[in-house]
Amino acid sequence: MSTSWPGDSLSGSAPPGPATFAARAGRKPWLTLPALTSSLLGIGGLIVLLLLWWLGTDVLASSQGFIRQFSPTTAIPELVTMLGQPDLLVHVLVSLRRVLIGLAFALLIGVPVGLAVGSYNRLNTATSPAFQFLRMISPLSWMPIAVMVFGVGDQPIYFMLAFAAVWPILLNTAEGVRRLQPSWLSLADSLAATRWETLWYVILPGVLGHVLTGLRLAVGIVWIVLVPCEMLGVSAGLGYFILDTRDRLAYSELMATVLMIGILGFLLDAGARMLYQAVTRSRTA
Amino acid sequence: MTALAQTISPASDRQVAVLEAAGVVLHYPGQLKPVVEAFDFELDAGETVSVLGPSGVGKSSLLRVLGGLQEPTDGTVTMNGKPLRGVPPRVSIAFQDASLLPWLSLEKNVAFGLNFKHQPHLTQEESKVRVDVAIREVGLTHARRYFPAQLSGGMAQRAALARCLARKPEILLLDEPFGALDEVTRTEMQHLLLKVVRDFHTAAILITHDIDEALLVSDRILLLGGTPARVIGEWRIDLPTPREDYIAELGAIRVEILSRLRGATLRRIN
Repeated sequence: MSTSWPGDSLSGSAPPGPATFAARAGRKPWLTLPALTSSLLGIGGLIVLLLLWWLGTDVLASSQGFIRQFSPTTAIPELVTMLGQPDLLVHVLVSLRRVLIGLAFALLIGVPVGLAVGSYNRLNTATSPAFQFLRMISPLSWMPIAVMVFGVGDQPIYFMLAFAAVWPILLNTAEGVRRLQPSWLSLADSLAATRWETLWYVILPGVLGHVLTGLRLAVGIVWIVLVPCEMLGVSAGLGYFILDTRDRLAYSELMATVLMIGILGFLLDAGARMLYQAVTRSRTA
Repeated sequence: MTALAQTISPASDRQVAVLEAAGVVLHYPGQLKPVVEAFDFELDAGETVSVLGPSGVGKSSLLRVLGGLQEPTDGTVTMNGKPLRGVPPRVSIAFQDASLLPWLSLEKNVAFGLNFKHQPHLTQEESKVRVDVAIREVGLTHARRYFPAQLSGGMAQRAALARCLARKPEILLLDEPFGALDEVTRTEMQHLLLKVVRDFHTAAILITHDIDEALLVSDRILLLGGTPARVIGEWRIDLPTPREDYIAELGAIRVEILSRLRGATLRRIN
Protein backbone atom coordinates (compact mmCIF):
# COMPACT_ATOMS: atom_id res chain seq x y z
CA MET A 1 0.00 0.00 0.00
CA SER A 2 1.62 3.19 -1.09
CA THR A 3 -0.20 5.47 1.29
CA SER A 4 1.34 5.68 4.71
CA TRP A 5 -0.53 5.88 7.93
CA PRO A 6 0.19 6.56 11.59
CA GLY A 7 2.38 3.96 13.14
CA ASP A 8 3.89 2.92 9.85
CA SER A 9 7.31 3.33 11.32
CA LEU A 10 6.58 0.32 13.50
CA SER A 11 6.12 -1.91 10.50
CA GLY A 12 9.87 -1.64 10.13
CA SER A 13 9.89 -4.60 12.48
CA ALA A 14 7.88 -6.61 9.94
CA PRO A 15 9.42 -9.91 8.90
CA PRO A 16 12.26 -9.28 6.52
CA GLY A 17 11.68 -9.94 2.86
CA PRO A 18 12.67 -13.42 1.77
CA ALA A 19 15.93 -12.31 0.27
CA THR A 20 17.05 -10.72 3.49
CA PHE A 21 16.56 -13.70 5.79
CA ALA A 22 20.19 -14.70 5.51
CA ALA A 23 21.45 -11.14 5.66
CA ARG A 24 19.51 -10.50 8.85
CA ALA A 25 20.93 -13.62 10.41
CA GLY A 26 24.39 -12.13 10.62
CA ARG A 27 23.56 -8.55 11.50
CA LYS A 28 20.89 -7.28 13.81
CA PRO A 29 20.88 -3.50 13.60
CA TRP A 30 18.36 -3.05 16.39
CA LEU A 31 20.59 -4.93 18.79
CA THR A 32 23.74 -2.89 18.33
CA LEU A 33 23.59 -1.96 22.03
CA PRO A 34 24.10 -4.83 24.42
CA ALA A 35 20.76 -5.89 25.92
CA LEU A 36 21.76 -4.86 29.43
CA THR A 37 22.88 -1.36 28.39
CA SER A 38 19.70 -0.71 26.48
CA SER A 39 17.42 -1.88 29.27
CA LEU A 40 19.38 0.26 31.76
CA LEU A 41 18.96 3.25 29.46
CA GLY A 42 15.23 2.53 29.21
CA ILE A 43 14.88 2.33 32.97
CA GLY A 44 16.85 5.54 33.30
CA GLY A 45 14.39 7.26 30.98
CA LEU A 46 11.47 6.07 33.07
CA ILE A 47 13.15 7.36 36.21
CA VAL A 48 13.64 10.77 34.60
CA LEU A 49 9.96 10.79 33.66
CA LEU A 50 9.03 9.96 37.24
CA LEU A 51 11.31 12.72 38.52
CA LEU A 52 9.73 15.28 36.18
CA TRP A 53 6.31 14.24 37.39
CA TRP A 54 7.42 14.59 40.98
CA LEU A 55 9.06 17.97 40.32
CA GLY A 56 5.97 19.32 38.57
CA THR A 57 3.64 18.31 41.37
CA ASP A 58 5.25 17.80 44.75
CA VAL A 59 8.15 20.23 44.43
CA LEU A 60 7.17 23.14 42.20
CA ALA A 61 3.43 23.32 42.83
CA SER A 62 2.29 25.31 45.85
CA SER A 63 1.71 23.19 48.91
CA GLN A 64 -1.99 24.04 49.04
CA GLY A 65 -2.33 23.63 45.28
CA PHE A 66 -4.79 21.44 43.52
CA ILE A 67 -1.96 19.88 41.51
CA ARG A 68 -0.53 18.25 44.65
CA GLN A 69 -3.31 15.70 44.55
CA PHE A 70 -1.91 14.30 41.30
CA SER A 71 1.63 13.78 42.54
CA PRO A 72 3.44 10.45 42.41
CA THR A 73 3.75 10.41 46.17
CA THR A 74 -0.04 10.18 46.45
CA ALA A 75 -0.81 8.27 43.23
CA ILE A 76 1.62 5.41 43.70
CA PRO A 77 0.59 4.49 47.28
CA GLU A 78 -3.02 4.92 46.18
CA LEU A 79 -2.49 2.51 43.29
CA VAL A 80 -0.95 -0.05 45.65
CA THR A 81 -3.96 0.25 47.96
CA MET A 82 -6.40 -0.01 45.06
CA LEU A 83 -4.70 -3.11 43.71
CA GLY A 84 -5.48 -4.76 47.03
CA GLN A 85 -9.19 -4.05 46.59
CA PRO A 86 -11.58 -5.60 44.06
CA ASP A 87 -12.92 -2.32 42.61
CA LEU A 88 -10.13 -1.36 40.22
CA LEU A 89 -9.43 -4.96 39.26
CA VAL A 90 -13.02 -5.47 38.15
CA HIS A 91 -12.78 -2.42 35.88
CA VAL A 92 -9.45 -3.63 34.55
CA LEU A 93 -10.88 -7.04 33.72
CA VAL A 94 -13.92 -5.53 32.01
CA SER A 95 -11.64 -3.33 29.90
CA LEU A 96 -9.27 -6.15 29.01
CA ARG A 97 -12.17 -8.34 27.97
CA ARG A 98 -13.42 -5.62 25.65
CA VAL A 99 -9.96 -5.23 24.17
CA LEU A 100 -9.66 -8.95 23.53
CA ILE A 101 -13.10 -9.22 21.94
CA GLY A 102 -12.50 -6.12 19.82
CA LEU A 103 -9.16 -7.50 18.65
CA ALA A 104 -10.73 -10.90 17.94
CA PHE A 105 -13.32 -9.32 15.67
CA ALA A 106 -10.63 -7.25 14.00
CA LEU A 107 -8.58 -10.40 13.33
CA LEU A 108 -11.60 -12.34 12.07
CA ILE A 109 -12.37 -9.61 9.56
CA GLY A 110 -8.92 -8.16 8.87
CA VAL A 111 -7.00 -11.36 8.12
CA PRO A 112 -9.37 -12.85 5.49
CA VAL A 113 -9.98 -9.49 3.84
CA GLY A 114 -6.25 -8.77 3.94
CA LEU A 115 -5.52 -12.14 2.32
CA ALA A 116 -8.00 -11.36 -0.46
CA VAL A 117 -6.75 -7.82 -0.97
CA GLY A 118 -3.15 -8.99 -1.02
CA SER A 119 -3.92 -11.76 -3.50
CA TYR A 120 -5.82 -9.83 -6.12
CA ASN A 121 -4.28 -6.66 -7.47
CA ARG A 122 -7.55 -5.37 -8.85
CA LEU A 123 -9.32 -5.86 -5.56
CA ASN A 124 -6.50 -3.94 -3.88
CA THR A 125 -6.78 -1.09 -6.35
CA ALA A 126 -10.54 -1.05 -5.99
CA THR A 127 -10.60 -1.08 -2.19
CA SER A 128 -7.56 1.03 -1.34
CA PRO A 129 -9.25 4.48 -1.52
CA ALA A 130 -12.30 3.18 0.34
CA PHE A 131 -10.14 1.77 3.11
CA GLN A 132 -8.11 4.96 3.37
CA PHE A 133 -11.36 6.88 3.63
CA LEU A 134 -12.84 4.68 6.35
CA ARG A 135 -9.57 4.47 8.25
CA MET A 136 -9.39 8.22 8.66
CA ILE A 137 -12.76 8.39 10.39
CA SER A 138 -12.21 8.37 14.12
CA PRO A 139 -13.91 5.27 15.53
CA LEU A 140 -15.43 7.51 18.22
CA SER A 141 -17.41 9.41 15.64
CA TRP A 142 -19.42 6.25 15.04
CA MET A 143 -20.51 6.27 18.68
CA PRO A 144 -24.05 7.67 18.25
CA ILE A 145 -24.75 5.49 15.24
CA ALA A 146 -23.24 2.44 16.93
CA VAL A 147 -25.42 2.96 19.98
CA MET A 148 -28.51 3.36 17.79
CA VAL A 149 -27.69 0.20 15.87
CA PHE A 150 -26.32 -2.02 18.63
CA GLY A 151 -28.05 -0.54 21.66
CA VAL A 152 -26.49 0.63 24.90
CA GLY A 153 -23.88 -1.67 26.41
CA ASP A 154 -20.78 -3.50 25.28
CA GLN A 155 -21.69 -4.07 21.63
CA PRO A 156 -21.05 -0.51 20.39
CA ILE A 157 -17.68 -0.60 22.16
CA TYR A 158 -16.75 -3.90 20.44
CA PHE A 159 -17.76 -2.30 17.16
CA MET A 160 -15.64 0.79 17.69
CA LEU A 161 -12.62 -1.15 18.93
CA ALA A 162 -12.82 -3.60 16.03
CA PHE A 163 -13.25 -0.70 13.63
CA ALA A 164 -10.11 0.93 15.03
CA ALA A 165 -8.06 -2.27 15.06
CA VAL A 166 -9.01 -3.79 11.75
CA TRP A 167 -6.95 -1.47 9.52
CA PRO A 168 -3.43 -2.23 10.68
CA ILE A 169 -4.26 -5.94 10.67
CA LEU A 170 -5.85 -5.83 7.24
CA LEU A 171 -3.15 -3.72 5.62
CA ASN A 172 -0.29 -5.67 7.15
CA THR A 173 -1.83 -9.01 6.15
CA ALA A 174 -2.20 -7.77 2.57
CA GLU A 175 1.42 -6.61 2.61
CA GLY A 176 2.44 -10.04 3.93
CA VAL A 177 0.71 -11.75 1.03
CA ARG A 178 2.51 -9.50 -1.44
CA ARG A 179 5.82 -10.37 0.19
CA LEU A 180 5.32 -14.14 -0.03
CA GLN A 181 8.14 -15.70 -1.95
CA PRO A 182 6.85 -16.94 -5.32
CA SER A 183 9.03 -20.04 -4.98
CA TRP A 184 7.03 -21.12 -1.90
CA LEU A 185 3.94 -21.15 -4.05
CA SER A 186 5.77 -23.05 -6.80
CA LEU A 187 6.81 -25.52 -4.14
CA ALA A 188 3.19 -26.01 -3.09
CA ASP A 189 2.23 -26.53 -6.74
CA SER A 190 5.02 -29.03 -7.20
CA LEU A 191 3.65 -31.01 -4.25
CA ALA A 192 0.19 -30.99 -5.88
CA ALA A 193 -1.18 -29.04 -2.91
CA THR A 194 -4.86 -28.19 -3.00
CA ARG A 195 -5.89 -24.55 -2.60
CA TRP A 196 -6.65 -25.17 1.05
CA GLU A 197 -3.34 -26.87 1.66
CA THR A 198 -1.53 -23.96 0.02
CA LEU A 199 -3.49 -21.52 2.14
CA TRP A 200 -3.05 -23.41 5.39
CA TYR A 201 0.54 -24.61 5.09
CA VAL A 202 2.18 -21.88 3.02
CA ILE A 203 0.22 -18.64 2.89
CA LEU A 204 -0.98 -18.40 6.49
CA PRO A 205 2.34 -19.25 8.12
CA GLY A 206 4.01 -17.06 5.52
CA VAL A 207 2.00 -13.98 6.50
CA LEU A 208 1.89 -14.73 10.24
CA GLY A 209 4.74 -12.35 11.02
CA HIS A 210 2.97 -9.52 9.21
CA VAL A 211 -0.32 -10.33 10.90
CA LEU A 212 1.38 -10.11 14.29
CA THR A 213 2.98 -6.80 13.36
CA GLY A 214 -0.50 -5.58 12.47
CA LEU A 215 -1.80 -6.98 15.73
CA ARG A 216 0.79 -5.11 17.73
CA LEU A 217 -0.15 -1.84 16.06
CA ALA A 218 -3.81 -2.68 16.64
CA VAL A 219 -3.20 -3.30 20.34
CA GLY A 220 -1.73 0.18 20.66
CA ILE A 221 -4.62 1.81 18.84
CA VAL A 222 -7.31 -0.15 20.67
CA TRP A 223 -5.88 0.67 24.04
CA ILE A 224 -5.92 4.37 23.19
CA VAL A 225 -9.44 4.29 21.77
CA LEU A 226 -10.79 2.16 24.61
CA VAL A 227 -10.76 4.76 27.38
CA PRO A 228 -12.87 7.41 25.59
CA CYS A 229 -15.17 4.66 24.30
CA GLU A 230 -15.81 3.61 27.86
CA MET A 231 -16.68 7.13 28.90
CA LEU A 232 -19.96 6.89 27.06
CA GLY A 233 -22.95 4.80 28.00
CA VAL A 234 -21.33 2.05 30.09
CA SER A 235 -21.01 1.50 33.82
CA ALA A 236 -17.72 -0.36 34.04
CA GLY A 237 -14.25 -0.26 32.60
CA LEU A 238 -11.24 2.01 33.04
CA GLY A 239 -12.73 4.88 31.03
CA TYR A 240 -15.87 4.79 33.13
CA PHE A 241 -13.79 4.60 36.29
CA ILE A 242 -11.82 7.73 35.35
CA LEU A 243 -15.06 9.73 35.16
CA ASP A 244 -16.34 8.02 38.29
CA THR A 245 -13.31 9.07 40.33
CA ARG A 246 -13.67 12.61 39.01
CA ASP A 247 -17.31 12.73 40.04
CA ARG A 248 -16.41 11.42 43.48
CA LEU A 249 -13.62 14.03 43.66
CA ALA A 250 -11.26 11.11 44.40
CA TYR A 251 -8.33 12.72 42.60
CA SER A 252 -5.67 10.43 43.96
CA GLU A 253 -7.65 7.48 42.65
CA LEU A 254 -8.01 9.25 39.31
CA MET A 255 -4.26 9.67 38.99
CA ALA A 256 -3.68 6.09 40.13
CA THR A 257 -6.06 4.91 37.38
CA VAL A 258 -4.22 6.97 34.77
CA LEU A 259 -1.04 5.32 35.97
CA MET A 260 -2.70 1.92 35.73
CA ILE A 261 -3.82 2.60 32.15
CA GLY A 262 -0.25 3.43 31.23
CA ILE A 263 1.16 0.35 32.91
CA LEU A 264 -1.37 -1.99 31.30
CA GLY A 265 -0.85 -0.46 27.86
CA PHE A 266 2.89 -0.87 28.27
CA LEU A 267 2.43 -4.52 29.26
CA LEU A 268 0.01 -5.20 26.40
CA ASP A 269 2.48 -3.80 23.91
CA ALA A 270 5.32 -5.79 25.46
CA GLY A 271 3.16 -8.91 25.27
CA ALA A 272 2.35 -8.32 21.60
CA ARG A 273 6.02 -7.74 20.88
CA MET A 274 7.05 -10.91 22.69
CA LEU A 275 4.45 -12.88 20.79
CA TYR A 276 5.84 -11.54 17.53
CA GLN A 277 9.40 -12.35 18.56
CA ALA A 278 8.52 -15.83 19.78
CA VAL A 279 6.89 -16.65 16.48
CA THR A 280 9.57 -15.18 14.23
CA ARG A 281 12.67 -15.98 16.25
CA SER A 282 13.36 -19.38 14.72
CA ARG A 283 13.03 -17.93 11.22
CA THR A 284 15.83 -15.46 11.58
CA ALA A 285 18.01 -17.20 14.16
CA MET B 1 -3.75 -39.37 -8.67
CA THR B 2 -3.78 -42.42 -6.46
CA ALA B 3 -4.86 -44.54 -9.40
CA LEU B 4 -1.82 -43.28 -11.23
CA ALA B 5 0.43 -44.15 -8.34
CA GLN B 6 -0.87 -47.71 -8.26
CA THR B 7 -0.19 -48.35 -11.92
CA ILE B 8 3.45 -47.37 -11.65
CA SER B 9 5.59 -50.35 -12.55
CA PRO B 10 8.86 -51.07 -10.79
CA ALA B 11 11.78 -49.31 -12.36
CA SER B 12 13.52 -52.59 -13.22
CA ASP B 13 12.91 -52.53 -16.96
CA ARG B 14 15.38 -49.92 -18.08
CA GLN B 15 14.13 -49.66 -21.64
CA VAL B 16 10.64 -48.42 -20.81
CA ALA B 17 10.21 -44.67 -21.07
CA VAL B 18 8.79 -43.25 -17.82
CA LEU B 19 8.25 -39.81 -19.24
CA GLU B 20 7.40 -39.02 -22.81
CA ALA B 21 6.88 -35.69 -24.53
CA ALA B 22 5.51 -35.56 -28.06
CA GLY B 23 5.28 -32.44 -30.20
CA VAL B 24 5.33 -30.15 -27.17
CA VAL B 25 4.82 -26.47 -27.92
CA LEU B 26 4.80 -23.82 -25.22
CA HIS B 27 3.54 -20.43 -26.27
CA TYR B 28 2.73 -17.78 -23.68
CA PRO B 29 -0.20 -15.63 -24.70
CA GLY B 30 0.84 -12.20 -25.92
CA GLN B 31 4.32 -13.29 -26.98
CA LEU B 32 5.36 -13.20 -30.60
CA LYS B 33 7.05 -16.59 -30.76
CA PRO B 34 6.60 -19.78 -28.78
CA VAL B 35 9.16 -20.47 -26.05
CA VAL B 36 9.59 -24.09 -27.04
CA GLU B 37 8.52 -25.82 -30.19
CA ALA B 38 8.44 -29.35 -31.58
CA PHE B 39 9.93 -30.92 -28.48
CA ASP B 40 9.99 -34.71 -28.58
CA PHE B 41 11.60 -36.52 -25.73
CA GLU B 42 11.71 -39.82 -23.91
CA LEU B 43 13.15 -40.37 -20.47
CA ASP B 44 14.02 -43.96 -19.63
CA ALA B 45 13.68 -45.36 -16.15
CA GLY B 46 16.76 -44.61 -14.09
CA GLU B 47 18.27 -42.40 -16.76
CA THR B 48 19.82 -39.00 -16.05
CA VAL B 49 19.37 -36.45 -18.82
CA SER B 50 20.79 -32.94 -18.77
CA VAL B 51 19.06 -30.21 -20.68
CA LEU B 52 21.72 -27.70 -21.57
CA GLY B 53 21.29 -24.32 -23.14
CA PRO B 54 22.05 -20.64 -22.80
CA SER B 55 20.23 -18.61 -20.14
CA GLY B 56 16.76 -17.55 -21.13
CA VAL B 57 16.37 -20.19 -23.82
CA GLY B 58 13.32 -21.67 -22.11
CA LYS B 59 14.84 -24.58 -20.19
CA SER B 60 12.97 -23.84 -16.99
CA SER B 61 9.67 -23.38 -18.80
CA LEU B 62 10.23 -26.71 -20.49
CA LEU B 63 10.90 -28.37 -17.15
CA ARG B 64 7.67 -26.95 -15.77
CA VAL B 65 5.83 -28.55 -18.67
CA LEU B 66 7.60 -31.88 -18.20
CA GLY B 67 6.72 -31.85 -14.50
CA GLY B 68 3.07 -30.99 -15.02
CA LEU B 69 3.36 -27.57 -13.39
CA GLN B 70 2.42 -25.97 -16.67
CA GLU B 71 0.23 -27.30 -19.45
CA PRO B 72 1.79 -27.24 -22.91
CA THR B 73 0.07 -25.12 -25.56
CA ASP B 74 0.20 -28.10 -27.86
CA GLY B 75 1.48 -31.67 -27.74
CA THR B 76 1.36 -34.18 -24.93
CA VAL B 77 3.41 -35.16 -21.91
CA THR B 78 2.77 -38.63 -20.52
CA MET B 79 4.15 -40.43 -17.50
CA ASN B 80 4.00 -44.20 -17.78
CA GLY B 81 1.57 -43.75 -20.64
CA LYS B 82 -0.83 -41.46 -18.80
CA PRO B 83 -1.17 -37.77 -19.64
CA LEU B 84 -0.05 -35.43 -16.87
CA ARG B 85 -2.61 -33.52 -14.91
CA GLY B 86 -0.78 -31.53 -12.30
CA VAL B 87 2.42 -32.86 -10.77
CA PRO B 88 2.20 -36.64 -10.25
CA PRO B 89 3.05 -37.91 -6.74
CA ARG B 90 6.23 -39.63 -7.87
CA VAL B 91 7.67 -36.62 -9.64
CA SER B 92 9.82 -34.43 -7.41
CA ILE B 93 10.92 -30.99 -8.47
CA ALA B 94 13.87 -29.03 -7.07
CA PHE B 95 14.24 -25.38 -7.93
CA GLN B 96 17.28 -23.14 -8.18
CA ASP B 97 16.13 -21.51 -4.98
CA ALA B 98 16.01 -24.19 -2.29
CA SER B 99 12.50 -22.93 -1.38
CA LEU B 100 12.71 -24.06 2.21
CA LEU B 101 9.94 -22.68 4.38
CA PRO B 102 11.66 -20.52 7.01
CA TRP B 103 9.15 -21.34 9.74
CA LEU B 104 9.78 -25.09 9.60
CA SER B 105 12.79 -26.98 10.89
CA LEU B 106 14.85 -28.90 8.36
CA GLU B 107 13.12 -32.19 9.12
CA LYS B 108 9.68 -30.61 8.87
CA ASN B 109 10.71 -29.07 5.57
CA VAL B 110 11.77 -32.48 4.31
CA ALA B 111 8.46 -33.94 5.46
CA PHE B 112 6.54 -31.04 3.92
CA GLY B 113 3.77 -32.16 1.62
CA LEU B 114 3.98 -35.87 2.42
CA ASN B 115 0.53 -35.73 4.00
CA PHE B 116 -1.12 -33.70 1.26
CA LYS B 117 -4.38 -34.95 -0.16
CA HIS B 118 -3.05 -35.76 -3.61
CA GLN B 119 -0.11 -37.74 -2.24
CA PRO B 120 -0.27 -41.47 -1.55
CA HIS B 121 -1.37 -42.08 2.01
CA LEU B 122 1.46 -42.79 4.45
CA THR B 123 1.21 -43.69 8.11
CA GLN B 124 3.10 -41.48 10.54
CA GLU B 125 5.67 -44.22 10.97
CA GLU B 126 6.18 -44.54 7.21
CA SER B 127 6.55 -40.78 6.84
CA LYS B 128 9.09 -40.69 9.63
CA VAL B 129 11.16 -43.44 8.01
CA ARG B 130 11.00 -41.68 4.64
CA VAL B 131 12.21 -38.43 6.20
CA ASP B 132 14.97 -40.16 8.18
CA VAL B 133 16.25 -42.00 5.14
CA ALA B 134 16.15 -38.89 2.97
CA ILE B 135 17.99 -36.75 5.51
CA ARG B 136 20.63 -39.42 6.03
CA GLU B 137 21.06 -39.79 2.28
CA VAL B 138 22.03 -36.15 1.89
CA GLY B 139 24.19 -36.21 5.04
CA LEU B 140 22.23 -33.75 7.16
CA THR B 141 21.27 -35.95 10.10
CA HIS B 142 23.22 -33.67 12.47
CA ALA B 143 21.27 -30.62 11.28
CA ARG B 144 17.76 -31.99 11.24
CA ARG B 145 16.47 -29.63 13.88
CA TYR B 146 18.07 -26.54 12.35
CA PHE B 147 15.96 -23.84 10.77
CA PRO B 148 16.61 -22.71 7.19
CA ALA B 149 18.16 -19.43 8.34
CA GLN B 150 20.89 -21.47 10.03
CA LEU B 151 21.81 -23.44 6.90
CA SER B 152 24.47 -22.58 4.33
CA GLY B 153 23.51 -22.48 0.67
CA GLY B 154 24.83 -25.98 0.09
CA MET B 155 23.04 -27.38 3.13
CA ALA B 156 19.81 -25.72 2.00
CA GLN B 157 20.08 -27.40 -1.39
CA ARG B 158 20.80 -30.73 0.30
CA ALA B 159 17.66 -30.24 2.35
CA ALA B 160 15.68 -29.42 -0.80
CA LEU B 161 17.02 -32.59 -2.38
CA ALA B 162 16.03 -34.57 0.71
CA ARG B 163 12.53 -33.15 0.44
CA CYS B 164 12.40 -34.51 -3.11
CA LEU B 165 13.70 -37.89 -2.01
CA ALA B 166 11.21 -38.28 0.84
CA ARG B 167 8.57 -38.77 -1.83
CA LYS B 168 10.48 -41.74 -3.33
CA PRO B 169 10.50 -40.14 -6.74
CA GLU B 170 10.46 -42.11 -9.94
CA ILE B 171 11.49 -38.92 -11.70
CA LEU B 172 13.57 -36.12 -10.24
CA LEU B 173 13.31 -32.78 -12.01
CA LEU B 174 16.11 -30.40 -11.12
CA ASP B 175 15.95 -26.79 -12.27
CA GLU B 176 19.55 -25.55 -11.97
CA PRO B 177 19.57 -26.52 -8.31
CA PHE B 178 23.30 -25.92 -7.93
CA GLY B 179 23.40 -22.73 -9.97
CA ALA B 180 23.84 -20.41 -7.00
CA LEU B 181 26.49 -22.46 -5.20
CA ASP B 182 30.22 -21.94 -5.10
CA GLU B 183 32.47 -24.20 -7.15
CA VAL B 184 33.48 -26.57 -4.35
CA THR B 185 29.98 -27.01 -2.96
CA ARG B 186 28.75 -27.46 -6.49
CA THR B 187 31.11 -30.37 -7.09
CA GLU B 188 30.01 -31.96 -3.82
CA MET B 189 26.39 -31.60 -4.85
CA GLN B 190 27.08 -33.17 -8.23
CA HIS B 191 28.58 -36.21 -6.55
CA LEU B 192 25.64 -36.33 -4.16
CA LEU B 193 23.26 -36.26 -7.11
CA LEU B 194 25.03 -39.23 -8.69
CA LYS B 195 24.77 -41.14 -5.42
CA VAL B 196 21.11 -40.24 -4.93
CA VAL B 197 20.13 -41.29 -8.44
CA ARG B 198 21.92 -44.61 -7.90
CA ASP B 199 20.53 -45.27 -4.41
CA PHE B 200 16.96 -44.32 -5.22
CA HIS B 201 16.87 -45.81 -8.75
CA THR B 202 15.32 -42.62 -9.96
CA ALA B 203 15.36 -41.04 -13.38
CA ALA B 204 16.40 -37.40 -13.45
CA ILE B 205 16.25 -34.40 -15.71
CA LEU B 206 18.79 -31.75 -14.83
CA ILE B 207 18.41 -28.27 -16.24
CA THR B 208 21.77 -26.54 -16.34
CA HIS B 209 23.79 -23.99 -18.23
CA ASP B 210 27.03 -25.51 -17.05
CA ILE B 211 28.48 -27.83 -19.70
CA ASP B 212 30.89 -29.50 -17.27
CA GLU B 213 28.09 -30.27 -14.85
CA ALA B 214 26.11 -31.90 -17.65
CA LEU B 215 29.16 -33.91 -18.72
CA LEU B 216 29.91 -35.14 -15.21
CA VAL B 217 26.48 -36.37 -14.17
CA SER B 218 24.35 -37.30 -17.17
CA ASP B 219 23.76 -40.34 -19.34
CA ARG B 220 22.49 -38.11 -22.08
CA ILE B 221 22.74 -34.41 -22.89
CA LEU B 222 20.18 -32.43 -24.84
CA LEU B 223 21.28 -29.08 -26.17
CA LEU B 224 18.55 -26.48 -26.60
CA GLY B 225 18.99 -23.44 -28.76
CA GLY B 226 17.25 -20.89 -30.89
CA THR B 227 14.00 -19.00 -30.52
CA PRO B 228 11.71 -20.81 -30.18
CA ALA B 229 13.93 -23.36 -28.49
CA ARG B 230 14.50 -26.68 -30.20
CA VAL B 231 16.85 -29.55 -29.53
CA ILE B 232 19.92 -28.69 -31.58
CA GLY B 233 22.09 -31.53 -30.38
CA GLU B 234 22.04 -34.74 -28.41
CA TRP B 235 24.90 -36.74 -26.92
CA ARG B 236 24.90 -40.06 -25.12
CA ILE B 237 27.69 -40.53 -22.59
CA ASP B 238 28.46 -44.15 -21.81
CA LEU B 239 31.12 -43.58 -19.21
CA PRO B 240 31.07 -44.80 -15.61
CA THR B 241 30.70 -42.29 -12.84
CA PRO B 242 32.42 -40.49 -11.16
CA ARG B 243 33.92 -39.20 -14.36
CA GLU B 244 36.85 -37.09 -13.23
CA ASP B 245 39.19 -39.70 -14.81
CA TYR B 246 37.72 -39.33 -18.30
CA ILE B 247 38.68 -35.77 -19.01
CA ALA B 248 39.88 -36.56 -22.55
CA GLU B 249 36.64 -38.22 -23.66
CA LEU B 250 34.51 -35.55 -22.00
CA GLY B 251 36.71 -32.85 -23.49
CA ALA B 252 35.90 -34.08 -26.98
CA ILE B 253 32.17 -33.88 -26.31
CA ARG B 254 32.62 -30.49 -24.72
CA VAL B 255 34.23 -29.15 -27.91
CA GLU B 256 31.35 -30.54 -29.96
CA ILE B 257 28.76 -28.95 -27.73
CA LEU B 258 30.52 -25.62 -27.83
CA SER B 259 30.84 -25.62 -31.59
CA ARG B 260 27.18 -26.56 -31.96
CA LEU B 261 26.24 -23.75 -29.62
CA ARG B 262 28.42 -21.29 -31.51
CA GLY B 263 26.83 -22.36 -34.79
CA ALA B 264 23.38 -21.73 -33.36
CA THR B 265 24.39 -18.36 -32.00
CA LEU B 266 26.00 -17.26 -35.25
CA ARG B 267 22.91 -18.23 -37.17
CA ARG B 268 20.88 -16.13 -34.84
CA ILE B 269 23.19 -13.13 -35.15
CA ASN B 270 23.31 -13.29 -38.94
